[in-house]
Amino acid sequence: MSLQLLLTIAGMVVVTYGIRLSFLVFGHKLSFPAWLSRALHYVPAAVLTALIVPMALAPQGAIDLSPGNAYLPGTLAAAAVAFFSRHTLAAIISGFVVYGLWRWLS
Amino acid sequence: MSPRLPPLLAGARDSLPMLVGAAPFGVIFGTLAIATGIPAWATLALSALVFAGSSQFVAVSLIGSGAALPVIWLTTFVVNLRHALYSATLLPYARHLPARWRWSLAFWLTDETFAVVEHQLRQQDNEFDGAWYWLGSSLAMYGNWQLWTIIGVLLGQSVPGLADLGLDFAMVATFAAIVAPQLKKRPVLVAALQAGVVALLARELPFKLGLMLAALAGVAGGVLAERLATSSKSEMKETT
Repeated sequence: MSLQLLLTIAGMVVVTYGIRLSFLVFGHKLSFPAWLSRALHYVPAAVLTALIVPMALAPQGAIDLSPGNAYLPGTLAAAAVAFFSRHTLAAIISGFVVYGLWRWLS
Repeated sequence: MSPRLPPLLAGARDSLPMLVGAAPFGVIFGTLAIATGIPAWATLALSALVFAGSSQFVAVSLIGSGAALPVIWLTTFVVNLRHALYSATLLPYARHLPARWRWSLAFWLTDETFAVVEHQLRQQDNEFDGAWYWLGSSLAMYGNWQLWTIIGVLLGQSVPGLADLGLDFAMVATFAAIVAPQLKKRPVLVAALQAGVVALLARELPFKLGLMLAALAGVAGGVLAERLATSSKSEMKETT
């Protein structure tokens, strides 16, 4: 477990620092393709949604749309508040309140 | 007072809104990592050595679900690749700096410091002050992130059983709160929908490979939707 974690972090450091160094240190040998900068624009939304959807719709592995799944209303509440207010922290707290109430009531 | 101090402090001061914005995420990250079962040393090492918030969150989620090492590394690469764009954009302001400066400033390059520094340096031409300003923003963001991570770790350790209280939900809520405002743009909405559907369908693939598939599908969907939107706009212009 410990060695695995050490390798995980070491790899993440190499990858992240490498990306950050790319142009600042080796800039004269590189060029940034336009299609890539376009594609990068969609990475955060794609990756985060890919993480959210299975956790919200199938927290135990199987798709669960029953009232017993508090993740779904909680996630929807957080998303709705963020969508309309753009206030990240308020959205997280609202999501938590709905999630907590839902679990408590059901 | 050293002439280097004013630009250093100005860089830190201009980053203040970003420091406040990052604080809750630092706490949530630290708490969540501990609740996921990641030891304190590894949690602190992630913040101190990787220093890239969104990829740290994604890594916690992947480590918690037993993803394979290459999947974690590849996801980190995809999530952090945008920093290459920052690195390229800031190069004109760093070209004249000695190598040790460029190696250091690169290590601390984040979304926040990029936004602050790029905005400032575009309007000024004093190269030397620029570097100290950049360093000021970098150090402020770095110190801030370490501080709030430590507080999160302490919180996670002092309240055992946080995971049972539904702390894993904090991650979903945090991600949803970050993504939702971006969905007002049509191509981003397409990217998110496509990624979400693929992630759901591919969720049982081993080593969390479904995440990579979903991310690629989402990005492809976004790029395609953007292209369709711009070509239909130019068609409309031609017909009217």
